[in-house]
Amino acid sequence: MSAPQLSEIQTFEHDVIVIGAGGAGLRAAIECSAQGVNTGLICKSLLGKAHTVMAEGGMAAAMGNVDARDNWKIHFRDTMRGGKFLNNWRMAELHAKEAPDRVRELEEWGAVFDRTKTGLISQRNFGGHRHPRLAHVGDRTGLELIRTLQDHGIHQGIKVHMECTILDLLKDGDRVCGALGYWRDTGRFVLFKAKAVVLATGGAGKAWRITSNSWEYTGDGLAMAYLSGAELLDLEFTQFHPTGMVWPPSVRGTLVTEGVRGDGGILKNSEGKRFMFNYISERFAPETADTEEEANRWLKGDKSARRPPELLTRDEVARAINAEVKAGRGSEHGGVYLDIASRLPAEQIRKKLPSMYHQFKELAEIDITQQPMEVGPTLHYCMGGIRVDAETQMTTVPGLFAAGECAAGLHGANRLGGNSLSDLLVFGRRAGLGACEFAKGTAEPKIDEAQVQASIKRATEPLNRESGTNPFVLQEQLQDMMSRNVGIIRTKAELEAALTDLEKLGEQASTVKAHATSQYNAGWNTALDLRNLLISSEAVSRAALMREESRGAHCRDDFPGERPEWLKYNIYVWRDGNGSMKVEKRERPEPPALLKEIANSKIEDLEAGKVAGDA
Amino acid sequence: MSERTFRVWRGDKNGGQFVEYKIKTDPGMVVLDAIHRIQAEHATDMACRWNCKAGKCGSCSMEINGKPRLSCMTRLNTFEPGTTITVQPIKTFPVIKDLVTDVSWNYEQNKRIKPFTPKPRDADGNHRMMQEDVDRIQEFRKCIECFLCQDVCHVIRDHGRKDAFVGPRFMVRLASLEMHPLDTADRIPEIRKEFGSGWCNITRCCTEVCPEHIGITDNAIIPLKERVVDRYYDPIAWFLGKVMGKKA
Repeated sequence: MSAPQLSEIQTFEHDVIVIGAGGAGLRAAIECSAQGVNTGLICKSLLGKAHTVMAEGGMAAAMGNVDARDNWKIHFRDTMRGGKFLNNWRMAELHAKEAPDRVRELEEWGAVFDRTKTGLISQRNFGGHRHPRLAHVGDRTGLELIRTLQDHGIHQGIKVHMECTILDLLKDGDRVCGALGYWRDTGRFVLFKAKAVVLATGGAGKAWRITSNSWEYTGDGLAMAYLSGAELLDLEFTQFHPTGMVWPPSVRGTLVTEGVRGDGGILKNSEGKRFMFNYISERFAPETADTEEEANRWLKGDKSARRPPELLTRDEVARAINAEVKAGRGSEHGGVYLDIASRLPAEQIRKKLPSMYHQFKELAEIDITQQPMEVGPTLHYCMGGIRVDAETQMTTVPGLFAAGECAAGLHGANRLGGNSLSDLLVFGRRAGLGACEFAKGTAEPKIDEAQVQASIKRATEPLNRESGTNPFVLQEQLQDMMSRNVGIIRTKAELEAALTDLEKLGEQASTVKAHATSQYNAGWNTALDLRNLLISSEAVSRAALMREESRGAHCRDDFPGERPEWLKYNIYVWRDGNGSMKVEKRERPEPPALLKEIANSKIEDLEAGKVAGDA
Repeated sequence: MSERTFRVWRGDKNGGQFVEYKIKTDPGMVVLDAIHRIQAEHATDMACRWNCKAGKCGSCSMEINGKPRLSCMTRLNTFEPGTTITVQPIKTFPVIKDLVTDVSWNYEQNKRIKPFTPKPRDADGNHRMMQEDVDRIQEFRKCIECFLCQDVCHVIRDHGRKDAFVGPRFMVRLASLEMHPLDTADRIPEIRKEFGSGWCNITRCCTEVCPEHIGITDNAIIPLKERVVDRYYDPIAWFLGKVMGKKA
């Protein structure tokens, strides 16, 4: 395949382009359009298919519809505690304050949430959330969110570019000025000229073998931002969701919603024992039930009872499952049992968890109203990502913004379930506003042909080689390596081995061969995604090696437990002038006094409104 | 571990043919796993759409042994052991390459539908709806836009009348708006005319293939047809309904 001239490449001009059309990207694009700027929305798949559809449990927002004691301060405190206090304080504050309005706005655009008895939006319990807080639609909340944004967005004048993969961001001096991509169906290159760019590309889950993520999640945003000079943050925190399917092999890793536990589901080992009572950490002990009797009372709505330990934060539950399996008390296929059948009548299970019922029936031939599910940890989410400004979501590159999973800060060391969908809306909107502001105040950028040609050259190499490595094989090798060396429990030796292996895999990636033409060619597409996966994997490994403690989702076998001195630092990753990856710990700024007070307050005081004023 | 033969349609808009691939199979495999294995081992350039691999995104629609299905939810052990499985793209939409078709027509139809138009919120800033009043539209909102219903609809598939009928997917979308307790817009005239509700002759093929088990025909299309009939063929009842404040 030969390189086209710049004038021959199809070109679109927008004020703002949004790369990625899950919840964050759609919300950002809607905001841009509402502000009257010319907006292009680019998606790797068809519109409405992004991984947001897989979010099941709900959207966290302290509306207080089910328990009037809830308020933004408690949501903020829960988020900080779940994130082990490494979160960006301001982002956690904005998120807790703005989430209820974003939920109401979604309803205004046509979303149909489950209702309370008085007709309000119902809210459910979830891990780490003190009160019932997740607005939901059965166990398909993500689908409701994305479809609502899609059906609203198509009437807002956004130009949607479907099945278009972005290869590289383009820069004009220090600032971003557009992106080069290709159409999946034809393989032809396409140029987007823009005054501002919003990345909403999701995570890098496809770097692991057992993951709930689909083919799209190859760390594109992380890698492109990194290569453009942006800083990455908190990469060592990769969330293993405690409950992925483990059997049959073809669905290993597919998500089983936390809603199962929110609705009363319990975890048991091969001895039939409800083991989570043995894994309650000090931080959560005062707020967690220590007997089955108390846990059951809580589930029935007794407000004096404490929460069941199955609803501890995801990092804690995932490690507990991992420990049970390692101790030889695992299920037949190497997981543990998640039992809802003995907890709720069959009819209620089908009503509350219809898609889980369907998923197990069709894929595992298991009737969850009769039998327990087999579950185990699955790589689910990257807390880390591109470093952004809390208010505007701008990265350290002028004109480049990021929102949703590809951005970092809100979730700290561990994300609470339900805080992702609200994150997408709160910060998708803010990124849209930030990008508009930037675009309105800036001159027309210039495209540098040399950058475009370099990107095209890289993209066409795998097609032009005579022979080379099979891209699917290389991707599998990377996934196996990352699952082995950068898994749920980490050590120095394994992380160093990962870095050595990544170097070798990187060399192989430069000899990868894609057969046939560039038209809708899965092999070629996979070959091109490898660079992004490798950069993301290296950033995760380097940050994980540096953090010598166990905190949240990052667990070091050789450095057990949280170390107070590490609470002072976040880890940053960036690319230096010579093109090599730099990693550094930097001191966290002191939080505002009020936020510090809220985060450390007793829950009873917050519920009683004893903690000072709304900022 | 056993082996199985697959006949997969390979080609593009200029034509194509079935190609046989033999692969090893594991317990619990679905057709999409088989396609992926064929891609990785025999045909790296083979085109197929997929995302969630759990029946939630509706990307991987194909015709498997002649039946429109989601390939991620079709287990190999539902077929006779040892038999060849035939996989081809959905027929109603133009082929792009191999198993991938151009479904952009569907996205165009959605744009033609008048958007959700809510009534004002209550004084306290909330909307109130009772669960029993939203149960029926929540059924419609389960739709994952796999377009299998569009694929089997006789009006579109056999008669090629994309110009006359919007198809079952968008009748479901229209029903979800028309029956929304908060919506104030009127779409009955266009449901009758532009969207062609009269074209559906209720063969229920769409309902049969729906992976979300939405009662497309009985719960969405027939009630919309009834609303059209009430409006245009029983205008007095419609007028009274309007005066009494009941939504048609």
